[in-house]
Amino acid sequence: MLTPDVVTSVLAEFAVHLATEAEPAGLLPARQQMALSLGWHIILACFGVAFPAMIFAMHLRGIRRNDPVALGLAQRWAKVSAVLFAIGAVSGTVLSFEMGVLWPGLMGTYGDVLGLPFAFEGLAFFLEAIFLGIYLYGWGRMPPKRHVMMVLPMAITGIIGAYCVLAVNAWMNVPTGFKLVDPSTGSGQVEITDVEPWAVLFNQHAFLQFAHMWVGAYMLAGFSIAGVYAVGMLRGRRDAHHRLGFMLPFVFASIAAVTQPFVGHVLGFGLDERQPAKLAAFELAETTESPSPLRLGGVLIDGEVKGAIDIPYLGSLIAMNSPDKPVPGLDTIPEDEHPPVNMTHLAFQTMVGIGTLLAGAVVLFWVQRRRGKDLLQKRWFLRFAAAAGPLAVIALESGWIATEVGRQPWVVYGVMRTTEAAGDYSASLWWLLGITTVVYSLMTWGAVVVLRSMARRWREGAIDLPSPYAPEVRQ
Amino acid sequence: MSIEVAVAAALFVGIIAYAVLGGADFGSGFYDLTAGGSRRGAELRTLVDHSIGPVWEANHVWLIYVLVIWWTAFPESFAAAMTTLVLPLLFALLGIVLRGASFAFRKFSETLGQARLFGIIFAASSIITPFFFGTIAGGIASGRVPLDGTGDRWSSWINPTSLFGGVIAVGTCAFLAGTFLVAEAARSGQTRLADELRIRALGVGVVTGAVVFAALVPIDHDAPTLAAGLEGRAAPLVVLAALASVATLVLLWRRRYAIARLTAVVAVASVVSGWGVGQYPWLLVDEVTIVDAAGAQATLQALLVAVAVAVVVVVPPLVYLFRLTQSEEWTQH
Repeated sequence: MLTPDVVTSVLAEFAVHLATEAEPAGLLPARQQMALSLGWHIILACFGVAFPAMIFAMHLRGIRRNDPVALGLAQRWAKVSAVLFAIGAVSGTVLSFEMGVLWPGLMGTYGDVLGLPFAFEGLAFFLEAIFLGIYLYGWGRMPPKRHVMMVLPMAITGIIGAYCVLAVNAWMNVPTGFKLVDPSTGSGQVEITDVEPWAVLFNQHAFLQFAHMWVGAYMLAGFSIAGVYAVGMLRGRRDAHHRLGFMLPFVFASIAAVTQPFVGHVLGFGLDERQPAKLAAFELAETTESPSPLRLGGVLIDGEVKGAIDIPYLGSLIAMNSPDKPVPGLDTIPEDEHPPVNMTHLAFQTMVGIGTLLAGAVVLFWVQRRRGKDLLQKRWFLRFAAAAGPLAVIALESGWIATEVGRQPWVVYGVMRTTEAAGDYSASLWWLLGITTVVYSLMTWGAVVVLRSMARRWREGAIDLPSPYAPEVRQ
Repeated sequence: MSIEVAVAAALFVGIIAYAVLGGADFGSGFYDLTAGGSRRGAELRTLVDHSIGPVWEANHVWLIYVLVIWWTAFPESFAAAMTTLVLPLLFALLGIVLRGASFAFRKFSETLGQARLFGIIFAASSIITPFFFGTIAGGIASGRVPLDGTGDRWSSWINPTSLFGGVIAVGTCAFLAGTFLVAEAARSGQTRLADELRIRALGVGVVTGAVVFAALVPIDHDAPTLAAGLEGRAAPLVVLAALASVATLVLLWRRRYAIARLTAVVAVASVVSGWGVGQYPWLLVDEVTIVDAAGAQATLQALLVAVAVAVVVVVPPLVYLFRLTQSEEWTQH
């Protein structure tokens, strides 16, 4: 529903944020910087979380069935994951710098509250990096049965690491594990006491947020990898290599895709009490209506909903689990605590829409398969499968935009505003954002060039890539 | 030892580990950059790739470990250092990003031209990054980071202590890497390469040693608190560093490469520890002590639990990885 109307109103919302006087000059670039680097890193993090399990399954199949096709795929995937892991590691390092550089107010005040999960995340990442080294360089140098087991710690530590990061994010949404002595924010120093770091690590909201992200990671990585082989099949490469390369990640992605709507739904329980403003923005509920409709598309312009398709009752049913309980509207929330409504709403609906589409598509595929029809013979399905990876990326990013933008103006919900978290670098952060954009673009370009050239050489039959360091070594 | 000091010690162990293990990785960039044309330098570049390929990502995590412990245990001082030293931090970060990405890209490059481009980026950023980390250490050690984070964004890292810190960091990384690469070359039977590297490592060692001693004079004026510590409490470490460095040079000269690696590690570890012990009990020199900078007690306790868990679960596989990279099967490329 990207009508010009929508675009102007979203832009207008943005402009309002720019112009608000109370905001430090560095806030907007700091936000964009965080959004760029986090949004970029999340994609690689998904591969870090989900790819090892797929490599493990593929490698195990290769060993168990003595299947050279599976072994070949596992070996190639390991090399691809080496490239992705390397740039994921550096973009993750960027984030840990940015925590301090961009948000000194948050880290200086709450560093000891939110820090422990990061310590365990670092630990998990450490193990992942160690075993990646062992696994990657172990090909042909270790007994096969021991070698395949070296992937397993990576799959497990990916899960633990994701949980820890999500625990911090869940804490930002539902802060716990500390007390404020003087909660009156402003110039007076806020005293934080009774810090319970373990309560933050195991906060009740963390598990569900983690589950949603974890499943999302399998969707993103699974559909993306399967999509590569779908493209190959579209180009007429219909060998065992492509079939297996498609099928295994597609199985992972399928399970994730049909699970995700349930996980997401459960995660949403109680959002009306936790963060009513976010829910109102998700549902585009300007006023409290009973029963609330489900609003498809639409934007809020001058306090009025425009261009939405309303489905009666469904809003109450989905968001509140009741036929008539109303979704609390934005009118119940003070004006200065409204998140950017349109961005949140559209991002949320994009996520749900794509998620539903992908879930439907995999159900269709497997039902048809049971009936003896192979959709992989259909070009339209292969085209869809090729698009599913990018679609999953968009869904995941939208989900993050929805939950992060929907939490604004708070960085720690109800306790610290994002304005208080930002540093006072003012306009120089625009420079930083510009440089970051250039560097990340170059890094993306480099990754694409290198991965494509790897694929091309593999297609041409090269198994070991030649040494790139001198003309005479390469042939 | 109070719990605050225990956590600070755990943090500092991370800094030493990063300086030694990460430092050896960074330093290899120096030899890579100066290896000569693509034909002449191929052997050395392959050696660099081979020796740091399996371990650089694990070695890099020490930096994340340090940052996380710092912001969790001493949050206010972390925010202060991050805001005052934002420029060298960002330059170091840029180096890390370019280095990590281009190292991975080079390995899988398609053409020699691509490999050369990525290789130059990798090698150059390997040299730049430790320089900026050195300036950051110098800024903190010379008392230029106020606790409210309002220190000057330029003079906090462009000053005698910082600049010497940067040069020393680059030199020690290169020296470490030199001894490791020599040993690796000798072990895999590349005698000609080992001899060539030996001369260069010796040169780097002599120059770096000279810079370290030359630095003591300006540091005396520019960072009196640190200087007093170096001449007092940390004096044994300074002496140990000097002895280990000389021993490394002698061992390299006599082609005793395996032992030279050990003395080189001792030298670098004692230089870095000398800085830590020298500025004790300050966390940010002349601004805030370790005890005063600490966050919630419960968090410090939890962090020590995390560190203990790390020792149990991370150290064995890390040792396994290092042992594999030094083993016969992994040496034959």
